[in-house]
Amino acid sequence: MPKIAIQASGLVKWFGEGEAKTMALRDVSLEAQFGEMVYIVGPSGSGKTTLLSVLTGILKPNSGKVLLEGTDIWGLDSDQLADFRLGKIGFVFQDYHLFPRLTTAENAAIPLILKRKPWDEALQEAEKYLDVVGLKSRAELPPVKLSGGEQQRVAIARAIASQPDILIMDEPTASLDGDTGVAILSFVQKSVLSKDRCIIVVTHDDRIYQFATRILKMEDGRLKGSEKSTA
Amino acid sequence: MKGILKLAYKLLVNDKAKFSALLIGITFAVFLMMFVTSMFSGVMKHASANIINIGAPLWVMDPAVETVSNSVGMPAYVLDAVRSMQGVRYAVPLYSGGALVKLRDGNYQTVTVIGLDDTSLYGRPELIAGKIQDIYAENGFIVVKDAEFSKLENPHLGSEFELNDNRGVIVGVAKVQTSGLYGIPTLYTTYERAIQYIPNPRFTISYVLVEPKSASDIPLIKKQVAALGYRARTKEEFMQNTEDFFLYKTGGGTNLLIMMLISFIVGLSLSGQTFYTFILENLERFGALKAIGEKSRDLVFMILFQATFTAFTGFGLGIGMCVLSVLLAKARLPSYAAMITFSNLAISFGMVLVIAAVSSYVAIRRVLKIEPFDIFRG
Repeated sequence: MPKIAIQASGLVKWFGEGEAKTMALRDVSLEAQFGEMVYIVGPSGSGKTTLLSVLTGILKPNSGKVLLEGTDIWGLDSDQLADFRLGKIGFVFQDYHLFPRLTTAENAAIPLILKRKPWDEALQEAEKYLDVVGLKSRAELPPVKLSGGEQQRVAIARAIASQPDILIMDEPTASLDGDTGVAILSFVQKSVLSKDRCIIVVTHDDRIYQFATRILKMEDGRLKGSEKSTA
Repeated sequence: MKGILKLAYKLLVNDKAKFSALLIGITFAVFLMMFVTSMFSGVMKHASANIINIGAPLWVMDPAVETVSNSVGMPAYVLDAVRSMQGVRYAVPLYSGGALVKLRDGNYQTVTVIGLDDTSLYGRPELIAGKIQDIYAENGFIVVKDAEFSKLENPHLGSEFELNDNRGVIVGVAKVQTSGLYGIPTLYTTYERAIQYIPNPRFTISYVLVEPKSASDIPLIKKQVAALGYRARTKEEFMQNTEDFFLYKTGGGTNLLIMMLISFIVGLSLSGQTFYTFILENLERFGALKAIGEKSRDLVFMILFQATFTAFTGFGLGIGMCVLSVLLAKARLPSYAAMITFSNLAISFGMVLVIAAVSSYVAIRRVLKIEPFDIFRG
């Protein structure tokens, strides 16, 4: 029986007070298992990013519970939560957020450096992951010398360098052309997804829906349920 | 932690344009600050030249005296009274005044004449040519070989000049610790000859130099001198009074303060602004680091390290530039008044620390405010 990676129940989140109060999440519950690549899709303002932030311990919900690998993350203090994210969760951001003044290898090594690995050791290990994403030959170049697709791969290498159990990808194809976006997600499905890893992808790019194990649709702060399952 | 510091270091120095701007800002500010304070220290040292060169531990003077170069004559009984005071080992008179010397070429040159006590020659300079006892010879004067020496046509033993229609002969050439402030050559002679050669008011003792029996007697001597209607100052107090005069009564202090303020503002605005821009440019990436799992205190540590590293490097470069400039200036102009002291270094270091603290405080506030959620929201 597959293990549960993410278990969230009764998540409620609002912003503002009084007349300015906006409901971002309305009683959202979801479950994701290891080996799954779950897409959360929906129009802008539907609450996808808020849900992602609540699930990863970045934004505290007004009510509800989030268990990641059985740990109630909102029961942890801020330091424990930071350590938990560093050890268990990998992030691929929409705009990559790579440091332009560092080399590709140094960028990919950041989570390892934050984990207090010695500099040279972290760089050597990061190069292994750059090899996984096919960019070992570009290890010494700064990210600005790379194409958008290559930068996204560096971001993926950085996200998986700390060997996280849960990988979060926020709009991974938003800054890429169609073919590159498809190629990246195809690569993620083949090389990054494993039976010990759960990947959550927030997107509204329907060209990459083919790689999802399951697609959850969000609308007006509510999860509308699974639209497709290839599992 | 070492890896995080290396990361902070690389983020800083790899942005060459901003790092250079940061360094230029701090270096320039330190250079300005060091330069202006070292010039002031140099000027103060020269202003106190006679106090330093004569070296007496206690000086008795008219209460109106503010600097060593502006003495007010005291009657002879003051010397006798001081000599009889409790705690005084001995006391001698000193004459200090200005005069015009007629040189061999017919030109006139202003000089400072120091008249030493005839009996003890207390406060005499170290001779590099001639014998000290020759000061008692007819018309004997000792010339100080300092930066102003050439203004007396580079005199040698036996050189003659006229002073108030009196003949003067150089019988010795001396060196002193520091030359005077006003670019005037100095001549030493005996007290009696000085007051004989130079037209004087009724009272001729400029200072009474006192050697106390012990340092603990100084307060008592001061009290007795004050009761006499005069004032006794230690060497250090007299130097401080001279410095205070230039600081507070000549506008020098205001100018010094303005220059220090300008250098501080230049440093703070250049470096603070650049550092803030550097942080702003990387703000989202710092937010990404937070999302990945970096703790806020580690980010604070990174920023403090960057600010401190820049500040210390800029401080070193600023000091280096200032030392080089002073050395070059002194090589060309021997009388150039600039002196780097520990207080100058401490003031500049304090200023650099404030610049680093303000810059990092503003940067840290921004970094702590950025929420990883903002990174997701884009």
